[in-house]
Amino acid sequence: MAEPLATTPIRYSFGADEHLFAEVSESMSLEAFFKGLAVTRAVERLALEGVLDVCLANASFQIRFDPDRIAPEALLEAVRGAEAQAVAERSLNTRIIEIPVLYNDPWTHETLMRFRDRHQDPQSTDLEYAARVNGLADVDAFIAAHSGAPWFVSMVGFVAGLPFMFQMVERERQLQVPKYLRPRTDTPKLTLGHGGCFGCIYSVRGAGGYQMFGVTPAPIYDPQQTLAYLKEHMVFFRPGDIVQFKPIDRRTYDQAVADVEDGRFDLRIRPVEFSLDAFLADPVGYPKSLQEALA
Amino acid sequence: MIKVLKPGLATSVQDLGREGFYHLGIPPSGALDQYALRAANHLVGNAPGAAGLECALVGPELEFQHDALVAVCGAQMPVLLDGREQHPYTAFAVRAGQVLRFGFPKAGARAYLAVAGGIDVPEVLGSRSTYALGALGGYHGRKLMAGDVLPVGQPSGKTRAGASLPMALRQALGGEVVLRVVPGLYFHRLSEAAAQSFFTDAWTVGSEADRIGYRYKGGDALSFQPREQPFGAGSDPSNIVDSCYPIGSIQVPAGLEPIILHRDAVSGGGYAMIGTVISADLDLVGQMQPNQQARFLPVSMEQALEARRSYKKKLGYLAKLFG
Repeated sequence: MAEPLATTPIRYSFGADEHLFAEVSESMSLEAFFKGLAVTRAVERLALEGVLDVCLANASFQIRFDPDRIAPEALLEAVRGAEAQAVAERSLNTRIIEIPVLYNDPWTHETLMRFRDRHQDPQSTDLEYAARVNGLADVDAFIAAHSGAPWFVSMVGFVAGLPFMFQMVERERQLQVPKYLRPRTDTPKLTLGHGGCFGCIYSVRGAGGYQMFGVTPAPIYDPQQTLAYLKEHMVFFRPGDIVQFKPIDRRTYDQAVADVEDGRFDLRIRPVEFSLDAFLADPVGYPKSLQEALA
Repeated sequence: MIKVLKPGLATSVQDLGREGFYHLGIPPSGALDQYALRAANHLVGNAPGAAGLECALVGPELEFQHDALVAVCGAQMPVLLDGREQHPYTAFAVRAGQVLRFGFPKAGARAYLAVAGGIDVPEVLGSRSTYALGALGGYHGRKLMAGDVLPVGQPSGKTRAGASLPMALRQALGGEVVLRVVPGLYFHRLSEAAAQSFFTDAWTVGSEADRIGYRYKGGDALSFQPREQPFGAGSDPSNIVDSCYPIGSIQVPAGLEPIILHRDAVSGGGYAMIGTVISADLDLVGQMQPNQQARFLPVSMEQALEARRSYKKKLGYLAKLFG
């Protein structure tokens, strides 16, 4: 990179009269996400009159505003000010969450078989295909890589409460898998998906184009807010959350589903401080120290 | 209470929508034609943001279980009360037991039915609007089904039957629609030819047109500037690293068919947006029927704000007239 991202100015563009769009970087990186996170937090702290919503995405962000209450140019100036302040921030107080996953489950398997004609490789499953295109020996090796290092929630959206996640590994080890050739019309609720370099958890049942690897028993969006960890908000994830996947077997999965139905299911959640510089200095060892918070 | 005998194609409870949850993937929702819902509410003496029914293309059949004052605005859809056509854009009295149904729309795609007192479903995240993808708000988080029974709030008594929308405040619907667009976002990714043809071609509403978005076809395919795709962006030239989508933004997956996202938008994704329909023209998008034609007109931010001021002025007249 010619210029360090921290000092490269953000590209701003208006989405007509109600949105200010900001591209931190054209390409995805933890640094780009982190800079967007810092700037959006600084904008939120300004509590600007007329700002309706500050939406953080992977390597960009967007502000929805009411131009009757704040002039577009005044907003842009305030956000540029926040950008200037925010570049110094390199650490983040957040939480690490353990998400249990039944990889290679029967429900996503049934679904992926149903939509085989829309896949790059109709002869293999999504997991077999993902293992192969990432140069891994087999499905087990892929699962080990997928659950081996934690993931940053780098965006919440598409549909209500769906987390996009970016794995905390060096770029060479990023798992990359293309999306389906044509999107499916169906994806089971709580499917673990993957498209490009991003993982996701489908918060609701519906259309989707990401490869499917497994399911979690843990609800992450519930307008009824039944479970303890959804009491505060019907949407569980926030950008900046750190997720650690834990492979579970069918028996554990079934028990967890029964616990969800009884309203006693809970997640393991611990506070952690993330330091971007510590990660960049030791991208293998540092994520392990974060995992220890869950032990 | 209002009993739903037939639900129609896609009838849902909507008010003016909810703000502040788009960063969690929950879009504003609310009436696609905000002006029409406001007008209908004014006619029956409601606050402009009371919840009503948005009735798309094929309206519902409704049995009123008590006397009510009702008005329908938006699409030109004949309103029949026990088979008798009512004056359009005019409040009318309904007696308990009477059945209201709709004819086919002559122009426009969505009629808005307001009932004095408003549809009294619970507020969720500050709004009664339905967000069906997230099973949130409205009537049990979904469009209406036969057998649903809708609660109605307390009427204000401020207006009565015969209250009518003056001609100057009725919307012009139908024909070719000009949608004003502020180019931007990833507009620079288009080739020079595409940046021109997008605005000169006529575009026709396809069959995939709903509250999430409107897909258009019939114009030339749009090519993008060649580049090596950035890490994480995906391989198609129309791909970007997944980002937020403005309401009204236009994306062109694979350069083929532009999609305008509306108030139930998916909040983000990996397709480059090439501009955004101005806020004053979003109502028009929601009133377009399949096969109706549009042209996109590039405008500046200043023009977008000027259009917004005229729109607000019209809302001001409405409020004054019935306030």
